[in-house]
Amino acid sequence: MNRRPWWLVPALAGAPVAGLALFYLLPVATLLARVVQPGSVSDALGTPGLRRVLWFTLWQALVSTALTMMVGFAPAYLLARFRFRFRGALLAMVTVPFMLPTVVVGAAFLALLPNSWHGSARAVIVAHVFFNIAVVVRLVGAMWAVLPTDLTAAARTLGAKPSQVLRFIVLPLLRPALYAASTVVFLFTFTSFGAVKLLGGAANPTLEVEIARRATQLGDVDGAAMLSLVQLLILGVVVWWSSRWQRRSSLHLTGGGTARVARSRHERHFVAVASGLTAAIMVVPLVVLVSRSIRLGGAWSLNAWRTLGTSEVRPGVSLGIDPLASLLTSLRFAVVAAAISVAIGALASLAISAARRHGSLLDVGLMLPLGTSAVTIGLGMLITFDTAPFDWRASWWLIPLGHALVATPFVVRAVLPVLRSIPADQRAAAATLGASPLRAWLAVDVRRVARPLAASAGLAAAISLGEFGATTFLTRAGRETMPITIGRLLGRAGEIPRAQGFALATILLVTCGLIIGSVSRAVRADGGVHARGE
Amino acid sequence: MRKVLLTGLAAGLLLVACADDGGGTATPAPAAVTLVAYDSFPTKDTPMNDAIAAFTADTGIVVNIVTAGDTGTMVTKAVLTAGNPEGDVMWGVDNTLLSAATDGNVFEGEPSEVDFGDVCVNYDIAWFAERGVEPPTTMDDLLRPRYKDLLVVQNPATSSPGLAFLMATIAHTGEDDWQQFWTDLRANGVEVVDSWDSAYYERFSGAAGSAGDKPLVVSYGSSPPAEVVFADPPRDDAPTGVVGSTCFRQIEYVGVLRGTKHPDEAARLTSFLLSEPFQKELPLTLFVYPANPSVALPEVFTKFAVVPTNPFTFDPETIAANRQQWQDQWTEIVLR
Amino acid sequence: MLAANDITVRFGERTVLDRVSLEVASGEVVALLGPSGVGKSTLLRVIAGLLLADGGTVSLDGHDVTMLPSHRRNIGLVFQDEQLFPHLTVAENVGFGLRMQHVGRTDAAERVQELLRLVGLEPLANLHVTKLSGGEAKRVALARSLAPRPAVLLLDEPLTGLDRELHDRLAAELAVLLRATCTTALLVTHDFDEATTIADRIERL
Repeated sequence: MNRRPWWLVPALAGAPVAGLALFYLLPVATLLARVVQPGSVSDALGTPGLRRVLWFTLWQALVSTALTMMVGFAPAYLLARFRFRFRGALLAMVTVPFMLPTVVVGAAFLALLPNSWHGSARAVIVAHVFFNIAVVVRLVGAMWAVLPTDLTAAARTLGAKPSQVLRFIVLPLLRPALYAASTVVFLFTFTSFGAVKLLGGAANPTLEVEIARRATQLGDVDGAAMLSLVQLLILGVVVWWSSRWQRRSSLHLTGGGTARVARSRHERHFVAVASGLTAAIMVVPLVVLVSRSIRLGGAWSLNAWRTLGTSEVRPGVSLGIDPLASLLTSLRFAVVAAAISVAIGALASLAISAARRHGSLLDVGLMLPLGTSAVTIGLGMLITFDTAPFDWRASWWLIPLGHALVATPFVVRAVLPVLRSIPADQRAAAATLGASPLRAWLAVDVRRVARPLAASAGLAAAISLGEFGATTFLTRAGRETMPITIGRLLGRAGEIPRAQGFALATILLVTCGLIIGSVSRAVRADGGVHARGE
Repeated sequence: MRKVLLTGLAAGLLLVACADDGGGTATPAPAAVTLVAYDSFPTKDTPMNDAIAAFTADTGIVVNIVTAGDTGTMVTKAVLTAGNPEGDVMWGVDNTLLSAATDGNVFEGEPSEVDFGDVCVNYDIAWFAERGVEPPTTMDDLLRPRYKDLLVVQNPATSSPGLAFLMATIAHTGEDDWQQFWTDLRANGVEVVDSWDSAYYERFSGAAGSAGDKPLVVSYGSSPPAEVVFADPPRDDAPTGVVGSTCFRQIEYVGVLRGTKHPDEAARLTSFLLSEPFQKELPLTLFVYPANPSVALPEVFTKFAVVPTNPFTFDPETIAANRQQWQDQWTEIVLR
Repeated sequence: MLAANDITVRFGERTVLDRVSLEVASGEVVALLGPSGVGKSTLLRVIAGLLLADGGTVSLDGHDVTMLPSHRRNIGLVFQDEQLFPHLTVAENVGFGLRMQHVGRTDAAERVQELLRLVGLEPLANLHVTKLSGGEAKRVALARSLAPRPAVLLLDEPLTGLDRELHDRLAAELAVLLRATCTTALLVTHDFDEATTIADRIERL
């Protein structure tokens, strides 16, 4: 029959599986093994302040989640139910911050918030809300958009006030999406690194930041590994608990919803106010970031930009920070990371779709790095690759490889649906035209994959540019990336280094924004292949 | 679309091709060693750098200086990269952090003493004079309300003067009562930054060219001469003073890093750094006392540097046994 | 008594309803006939308060309700595709309007039982509406709209999508039900036979 050669799936899956095993499973296993040693457990559990760190991580995540759900509710309704001019632009304004590097968001809020808010929990929570509104808008909005409009109309004819419609009809029906969104936001804010590091200061570390601090500042790798294990356990519990809630059967909704144009004065007011406020919330922090980079001592000045290649404190004494060099390093790493992600992601997608039933194993396996915190991955790689035969810690390619670990799932998410949508008839058609099963596969499957691959290459590059958590552990002198440099510049007390930090963050913002913009345009042109993230 | 892809790919490959892979390119001719130091070590334009250039001219060994944060950060990085170091020679581990470095197997052989100094609280003379307030004279003075919100210290986890000052306070109050001292100090509004040069050049009001507003800072007994040397317009009195009773004796070390790919050149550089031609530049560039006894100290240094009569010290065993615990407790008390 | 006067509705460039007027006397059942797309459903929505007209008035027993929001008009609407609340049971659906009126629990339960008896669905009271057949769903929709005793009941093609036999049976039942409850009703349909079976008077759009 039209059986493909038996070696096809193993050949395709070989590299991805090997890569996953070597660069993800091995480091995580090494990390856990290190912790499960007699003595280290009791030592690390006795670490002063562990309970305080855990408690802070938990409550800031809960508050951030609650606040995000509340703030994101109106924009979700607006964008799901109404048609209006600039709707597409508003949607983009909401989505882009979510895909920006966390250091950029952290820098933007450092620029925006008054000094008294720096190093406070409030600042962290505000930044989290900004970051994650997109999750609520997308997940809750997607469900709200298919909620039949007549359902709420029926409730109204039965005497339900708007608040009652919300309480008795809308919210119960949105419940699966509400759970999904709040779980995702909770997970993101629980493992948040960049925003907490920049805005929380030394007084408000979360688990993730404390793991990094213990390892890279105090050299206490055992303590850091123990905290990683605690975090993994908590995350596991949260994910398991939330999946139980989500197993409710999805309800049958007949007659989908249609977005309408606002008619009544009430509705038109709502659309105007809601869209204006939402746009303002999403855009103002970024605008302030840019403006703070050109302000020094209360006056406009391009000094920070001009001195971007140097960072002298006194003649001859520099900070050891080279912003422009880090820009080049980041770009180089991004190219390499994108190349690796695309190669591995393409192979993996082809393998998964070719393997049919068993492919889901590889699919889930590749998603694991996304569910593991970046800091855990970085720490694992740090302690694993420092002895033979894996003595690679000094190698330049280890960092982009770490980035690729996180970016590859997105490539698979983009390419796999395209592959799966290819009707079997096409291959059959190729076969009847004389192509062997292998050639049919090559001609049909491989060619369809080109466009989503290009789009996800851009996405992988953007992810690499912004990666902060894992890179913190692997960074070496002379090879710092932009996020690392931004973090260091913004950690200084002087005005010029800070302004330079804002300037560099602006560069990162624009670069990532451009990449994300062109990727989404390419994706839309393709007929809506969505790279679904976590 | 395809064209965009191709040009992107070409640009990318070009960038990657120009990637440096961290030292060790093909041509064998001039050997290069990397000196890892803390942030305040100058990388160019000072007499110290001229001396190093002379060394290069003599021996043909090029010296790259890499700085990355204060000593605490530097030592931790070295411990994490032990055996696969970021450089060949490391300058600046001090007696408070030496145990961390040796426990982490950072050095090849024993490190050598390269300089010393005293970590003390410095004050801005003009600031206090303008307000008619006496500057503090003792450690306990720092707790007084009249000095509220005036002091900047460094985080002992990241900075060696920060750690030295912490040890001074422990030595002053005793190993059982120091926590209370810092609780009170925190209540009195002490500010914490990560590195010495951030505290001194960005937060201290007495440093030349600084926009800072704090008149009290943890720095060195030899910082006043620096202010005289760099004063513009020139002056013949020191603008800053030292609180002698807060001083802690700090000794710095230099050593070859284990796993270096250039052990011979590293050894030669180390010898040079200990030799008179280099050591004589230390007082007026790095503002520390050279370890080499044959170096004559410049006049401005001896005139304005404050040498405390009885600085605090700790024996290495005590430091080694307690350092991590003290840092952790300090973090709890002051930062959380 | 329901009166709609000079109702005009425009969607962008298109005028869907142009100065349409209609009257339904108390207790009367009027059928509104017309081909699809002519605006019958739109008129119903205007009367129910779900759509704001560009011109004209709606009045109930002499009171002008044009500007009154839908939930205050006490005008019920049976939708073409039932629009039962999928997360509630049959009884909860039927009792929804009573709940919104803050009717006491026992009184509401009684009324729900009464209506379920009227439409012959008593045993299905605790079933989730997703498990109903087409005909059962339409009956529940009807019961739900009748429960809060609306001043006027609007029916938007309530019997579409059923096979001939079920359709005819339900049409007859509907006619009996409306008479028995003395409901003022306006029925929209494109089926002439259905109109004659159920309504007292036929209007054309």
